[in-house]
Amino acid sequence: MKTIQGTGVSAGIAIGHISVLKEKETVVRQEVKDTVAEIERFRGAQSQAVAQLDALRTSTAADLGEDKAQLFDAHKLMVQDPGYVDNVERMITDEGVNAEYAVHATGEKFAEMFSRMDNEYMKSRAADVRDVSERLIAALTGESEGTGKKTENQGPHIIMAEDLTPSQTAQLDRTTIMALVTSKGSRNAHTAILARTMALPAVIGIGDSFDERDDGKQAVVDGDEGVVIVDPDETTLREYQEKQRRYSEHQRLLQELKGKPTQTSKGQRIKLYANIGRPSDVDDVLANDAEGIGLFRSEFLYLDSQDYPTEEFQFNAYREVAQRMEGKNVVIRTLDIGADKQVGYFGLEHEANPALGYRAIRICLTRPEIFKVQLRAILRASAFGNISIMLPMITSVNEVHDAKAIIEAVKAQLRSEHVDFDERIKVGIMIETPASVIMAPELAREVDFFSIGTNDLTQYTLACDRQNPNLSRFADPHSPAVLRMIAMTAKAAHDAGIWCGICGELGADRELTQTFVDDGIDELSVTPSSVLPVREIVREH
Amino acid sequence: MARSFTFVVTDPNGLHARPASELVSKAQACQSQVTVGLGESVADAKSILGIMGLGVKCGDMLTVRVEGKDEESAAQNLERFFKENLK
Repeated sequence: MKTIQGTGVSAGIAIGHISVLKEKETVVRQEVKDTVAEIERFRGAQSQAVAQLDALRTSTAADLGEDKAQLFDAHKLMVQDPGYVDNVERMITDEGVNAEYAVHATGEKFAEMFSRMDNEYMKSRAADVRDVSERLIAALTGESEGTGKKTENQGPHIIMAEDLTPSQTAQLDRTTIMALVTSKGSRNAHTAILARTMALPAVIGIGDSFDERDDGKQAVVDGDEGVVIVDPDETTLREYQEKQRRYSEHQRLLQELKGKPTQTSKGQRIKLYANIGRPSDVDDVLANDAEGIGLFRSEFLYLDSQDYPTEEFQFNAYREVAQRMEGKNVVIRTLDIGADKQVGYFGLEHEANPALGYRAIRICLTRPEIFKVQLRAILRASAFGNISIMLPMITSVNEVHDAKAIIEAVKAQLRSEHVDFDERIKVGIMIETPASVIMAPELAREVDFFSIGTNDLTQYTLACDRQNPNLSRFADPHSPAVLRMIAMTAKAAHDAGIWCGICGELGADRELTQTFVDDGIDELSVTPSSVLPVREIVREH
Repeated sequence: MARSFTFVVTDPNGLHARPASELVSKAQACQSQVTVGLGESVADAKSILGIMGLGVKCGDMLTVRVEGKDEESAAQNLERFFKENLK
């Protein structure tokens, strides 16, 4: 038994087997002379892959049911797909390259094609093509099965990795993950936020305790205490099974709060909204009875794409969310790329201090052609529900004026095209810089609402890089400096007669709920899994 | 003489992985060449990547074309498959 202490960033208990996510080895392009033999080698790998998939199909059908097994029918067809095979064999013959490289390049070609599609479902098929290509490459290089493939036939696993990029986390199939454990990472890193959104227990920052050899071993992950226990003994296992049972019991009690108002005993009402990152998260929003969406991070549209997402693609995503929320408020935050969320095709220069750099509204105001596409999509979608626009990283009244001028120009264009949109769409701003707190009284006269982004506000107020795990003890969001910033913002909003919410991680911090209620915060937007726990606390006051 | 028929997809998920796989397996069982057209794109029905590459959504109208020795029976079988599995 080995007990590892990390930082718990997402609550819950998981008991299962570890699957270590290894860094993928890069496929090297090599010249081959005997292309006929190379094609033979590819065909050998192909039969091996087919045999593996047949076995996988049989075992999956037995363990997880026919439904899950059908995926491997599609994989098998892909391995033998005439277009795929033709592309691989032509590359070997015409370019004289090794089979591994030809398979990798072909897989990427088809994966790119899928990921460019205007359809979330088809986009995710890119992962299937990559999966199949990896299987073929593994067969070519003589590995028995590709890395991470074990997860398919053994059901959900505890994923352990050095670090996970936002796109890696997003690409993980949530039906096969029961918990996340990483060696690096910080509380506000995107992995942590995604884990909370997906209601998966997560422990980060286990540092050197990360050991690839733990792959396949049984483990307990306690997301509350930040503890990971590898190879637990009988007593420990029983103890955690009991803890897991109590946790589920509490979750069940929370379910009884569904449909109940988020109101203190004195009658003060709080709007309890949820944060989402993609349209499919609406399932969790509805399941947890959130009263609206206080933060729809639009970045996923950009992060998941190989090129600027089209107006139509964005419109479909926004409309889907607005329609499914049936008239409840949906606050869409405009593009917040830059700093820790880089996107290749934006061609952003490397910066020494990305958090203080060219990001979010700063990109939108200097490259209005990109901003306008998003605004057109949001405005068009506003005809299908109750949408609000939220501008990130505001530091001055002038920026709000400039952004509003662009919004008005887009509206005028839509009117001239006779395209429907909500004429009274609300425009609000994120309060996440000390400058915006200082200027809050003036800013409040320009906009319809404030929403405090506590992650960045903490980072900028306390001068602590949120990505730097060594600063954890200094980057304390409970610091009186941060809490006073929040109170000042709420007061400025109320003086001007607009509402003020919190959409950062702090909004779900149950130790602070009382403080926020006393500050008169009107809205809390939290990860879907935190909606009911926060409602519970509000109702106790 | 090639055979062809049209079909409107009414499954809310469009032509997703499961029916696409079944369609490809059915098409592979035919001797004839089978293509599925959507708008200006045409895909080989024996290629799963080709079929899924069409990105067929609910409400799309597909044109299925069968040409070859067994086109008569193949077209009939395929049309029945579409009606039974994609409605």
